Amino acid sequence: MSELVLQGTDLHRHYEVKRGAFSSPATVKALNGVSFSLEAGKTLAVVGESGCGKSTLARLVTMIETPTEGELKIDGIPVTGPTAELRRKVQIIFQNPYGSLNPRQKIGAILEEPLKINTSDDSATRRRKAHEMLARVGLRAEHYERYPHMFSGGQRQRIAIARALMLNPKILVLDEPVSALDVSIQAQVLNILMDLQDELGLAYLFISHDLSVVRHIADDIMVMYLGKPVEFGTAERVFSDPQHPYTAALLSATPMADPERQKERIPLTGELPSPLNPPPGCPFNPRCWRAEDKCRREMPPLMPVEGRDAACFFPLSMEKSVAA
Amino acid sequence: MPLLELENLTVTFDTSSGPFKAVDGVSLTVDAGEILSIVGESGSGKSVSMLALMGLLPWTAKIEADVMRFEGNDLIGMSARDRRRIIGKDIAMIFQEPMSSLNPCFTVGFQIGEMLRKHLGLGRKERRQRSIELLELVGIPAPAERLSAFPHQLSGGMSQRVMIAMALSCNPKLLIADEPTTALDVTIQAQILDLLVRLQKETDMGLILITHDMGVVAETAERVQVQYAGQKVEEQPVRELFRDPHHPYTAALLAALPERARGNKRLPSIPGVVPGPNDRPPACLFEPRCSFATDLCRRTVKRQPASLGLALCNYPLVDGVPQGHPAPAAALAERQEELI
Repeated sequence: MSELVLQGTDLHRHYEVKRGAFSSPATVKALNGVSFSLEAGKTLAVVGESGCGKSTLARLVTMIETPTEGELKIDGIPVTGPTAELRRKVQIIFQNPYGSLNPRQKIGAILEEPLKINTSDDSATRRRKAHEMLARVGLRAEHYERYPHMFSGGQRQRIAIARALMLNPKILVLDEPVSALDVSIQAQVLNILMDLQDELGLAYLFISHDLSVVRHIADDIMVMYLGKPVEFGTAERVFSDPQHPYTAALLSATPMADPERQKERIPLTGELPSPLNPPPGCPFNPRCWRAEDKCRREMPPLMPVEGRDAACFFPLSMEKSVAA
Repeated sequence: MPLLELENLTVTFDTSSGPFKAVDGVSLTVDAGEILSIVGESGSGKSVSMLALMGLLPWTAKIEADVMRFEGNDLIGMSARDRRRIIGKDIAMIFQEPMSSLNPCFTVGFQIGEMLRKHLGLGRKERRQRSIELLELVGIPAPAERLSAFPHQLSGGMSQRVMIAMALSCNPKLLIADEPTTALDVTIQAQILDLLVRLQKETDMGLILITHDMGVVAETAERVQVQYAGQKVEEQPVRELFRDPHHPYTAALLAALPERARGNKRLPSIPGVVPGPNDRPPACLFEPRCSFATDLCRRTVKRQPASLGLALCNYPLVDGVPQGHPAPAAALAERQEELI
């Protein structure tokens, strides 16, 4: 049993949206009751479409924002009060490596900045550490003196990874780390991420919408819809036998690079409802083909189904038991 | 007679560091009722070649081609006026970013109507009638009310549907879709792709689908053209391409997909990056990244016959084995080692 490095219990994050001078502000429940835990050396993938709250979750875990409700524990310490120590343990890598590196700083300065702020290392030590980290992510020593514009997208993402690792964090939040990269480069970056995880025992919170990448890298997977987890379990189980209708639809909609596969696409009509005005009951009910009256009245809780948790009154395995 | 014929299309940009060939001798043909997919990574010239056809490139671009014919009409020698009659009417294009391709200042109805007025000369009533039909066709609920909506009131999927409606408004014979679903969510992507294929079948138009997503190619295309650094490196029907890619680049690209890793934790990546304008290799452009490259590849590269997918390679692969290679076993072993 490895150590638990990240634990969230019933996390909520609500935003108030002004609707003009004469109407009361509306509340957007960007995150509406999310619980999860993450062990050292493991990868938890959070998947869902835009607006499902996966980036809000990343902002909570990196302490950019505080949860409205619920408790977040990092390395066993609850996140309340001063967070300076905790911040060193969580680092983030963003989607777009063209936007996340300062174009006016040399790579050396980019890598040393976290040390400068957080440690009392002298400049020689900082320089040595930066060079070690460059080698670790597969860049060369002469890159230390260069500027970000001299690098390709894949190399920039390596620099972002190197910067995130400078303070020896325990948790790395990866917010769509390979979505902006070409396939051949994507493979390089995924390989580096997996190597680093093996070497350093990092825990990854991997946020992505690309299910084939997630399937390759994740141990556990949390599928979210409109601020709530709808299915949560080991990647193997969820991918091979999805229980929540939304997970099944998402999997069937993902294009597979195999023209000979007989595809059975579950057509989903309509779009994600507005988070300002979520439907009553299960948030997925307007698009669900299995919805019944109960789904329109009550919110299904996350309950164990077939070795994982799913938030559905009529999970897909029920059909089998009825038929049998 | 093919619908569209391009032969040896070259697009050169004048940059401050000298001329840069974004498209380098690309040829393609599309027939009516067929789906051709152009696939490649960024910088492969897939969008630029189609923008050149549409005449949408800035004046810094120099476009040369041996043949550029649409339904037998030569597009190069044609006057700009005649060309405008075809572009937008018989050849329509959909772009990647639906949100930024629509004009935020005008309603959806006005923007669709503009096409109908310019190309077909329809009156106000007929325009409205036809616009409603078009929105219905692309699956927008309550189309009559949507006509007065502004683009910011629509979601990404809805905007892309409006773009498709605009492109289809004059019953084009050829539709070019440039990464039509890249900016959209997966479930919406599935809806839009299904819609495009359904409309293509119904109207029997030609469809060119530009994408970088091998999954989208596998599920939608009939014939695939792979481009690398501005050159066409391979062309095959979709099943054959995925079963037996002939160019090492195609093979490497397919192997790098996580879903084809087959239990292997490490992904076979392609070392290096796409060559830029300043480090262009002398002969084969893929040679610096290719595990089968020999000295011959640094001197010359030859186009293989159609039976080998028109691969632009001296040692085309058949079932993963390079043909005519001096030491195929050694090259394959080296490649295996790279993976481990």
